[in-house]
Amino acid sequence: MDLTLKIWRQKNSEDKGQLVDYKVTDISEHMSFLEMMDVLNEQIIEKGEEPIAFDHDCREGICGMCSMYINGEAHGPDRGITTCQLHMRSFKDGDTIHIEPFRAAAFPVIKDLVVDRTSFDRIQQSGAYISVNTSGNTQDANAIPIAKAAADEAMDAATCIGCGACVATCKNSSAMLFVGAKVSQYALLPQGQVEAADRVLNMVKQMDEEGFGNCTNTGACEVECPKGISLENIARMNREFLKASL
Amino acid sequence: MSGFISSSIARKVSMALSAFFLMFFLLQHFAINLTSVFSADVFNEISHFMGTNPAVQFALQPVLIFGVVFHFVMGFILEIKNKKATTVKYAVDNGAANSTWASRNMIYSGLAILAFIVLHFVDFWFPEINTKFIQGDWSGMHDGELRYFHELQHKFANPARVIAYVVAFFFLALHLLHGFNSAFQSVGANNKYTKGLKTFGKLYAILIPLGFVCIAIFHHLNH
Repeated sequence: MDLTLKIWRQKNSEDKGQLVDYKVTDISEHMSFLEMMDVLNEQIIEKGEEPIAFDHDCREGICGMCSMYINGEAHGPDRGITTCQLHMRSFKDGDTIHIEPFRAAAFPVIKDLVVDRTSFDRIQQSGAYISVNTSGNTQDANAIPIAKAAADEAMDAATCIGCGACVATCKNSSAMLFVGAKVSQYALLPQGQVEAADRVLNMVKQMDEEGFGNCTNTGACEVECPKGISLENIARMNREFLKASL
Repeated sequence: MSGFISSSIARKVSMALSAFFLMFFLLQHFAINLTSVFSADVFNEISHFMGTNPAVQFALQPVLIFGVVFHFVMGFILEIKNKKATTVKYAVDNGAANSTWASRNMIYSGLAILAFIVLHFVDFWFPEINTKFIQGDWSGMHDGELRYFHELQHKFANPARVIAYVVAFFFLALHLLHGFNSAFQSVGANNKYTKGLKTFGKLYAILIPLGFVCIAIFHHLNH
């Protein structure tokens, strides 16, 4: 298929940036979206120009690195997938595709489609862990009985890969789905409940300091999340925060 | 505690709590208005009680005004903070693919409701304050009978006012369609009852504003 691509080009974080038009031809419907980008970059390199910078790593939907906003949606038009899992069969011959970086004040553009998501790392560092005594007397995790429902919900929350699609798609650039998932995956398990109060207070404080917006419950994050993280995690974070504060 | 008050979650929760209060107020306001369709005397009696009872006038009324002002001011504060969090807009943003128009435009439906409240204050509340607190007339009487039902009919005789009511309550319905369940989510209530609550919220969001509109049209046609 032949496509017209309108891709955000930005030399560095200081550059104003703009959408630039590219044409690609003979794109197979079996290609992944990132493979199509690779083909385009080869064309650009052959012309002696600067290739388009974009984040990618595992290319199997688990690392959370790819981060494109495609035709007005994080990770493109399909549901429950990352950009690397998006295939060209989701588009038609002759389509024009808009490709932009994830937008948020807390996700500044580094170059082209690459954004700085280290704000997520700092939120994680502020509380998304458990303190374990490694002196040799550590209790075997499998020896602690956990209700099946709690284990399942914690596992669902833990599938968050921290890609930032929730922030990118939120009209307020809110990170509450991400933080809600991280708070939940520990709050649901006995190992995490010991530090639950400090964790939620510190993570919400860090989230606010990073400049993310407020959640207004549009639910867009839940729809666009490649791992199907539920809004129930935001509600749980709110409860945990109120319980820890009051 | 200061960290709690300035946190994003505390702002969400305070918006939700003021919303619960306003939604309850709306329900009782509707119930009182509805009596005007069935009995002028009952409407007059209830209106006179609400307009002259010291507990309503000096305790509940200030709480109501605080609730309204707080909800609007906090709404604007949240909007400003959210604008700061999204410095660059997308060239193409397909919001309709993942969320409702009502949920994405609460600030605009809220502004339409604010415009209506200004009209309602000029129409109803300022004359009431003038009659009771400046002229000192707490009798509620006019030409030998309680004045409230007559005033209500007189207001809705003007078709422009009825049209303004219809438009305002359309935006109120949009605001409630998202706001009702959003308030529950904000206070952390997302559980096995949420599905049923969403259905109830949609019915509330449509039927209550529709009821207000029907009452206005009824009095316009029967004045």
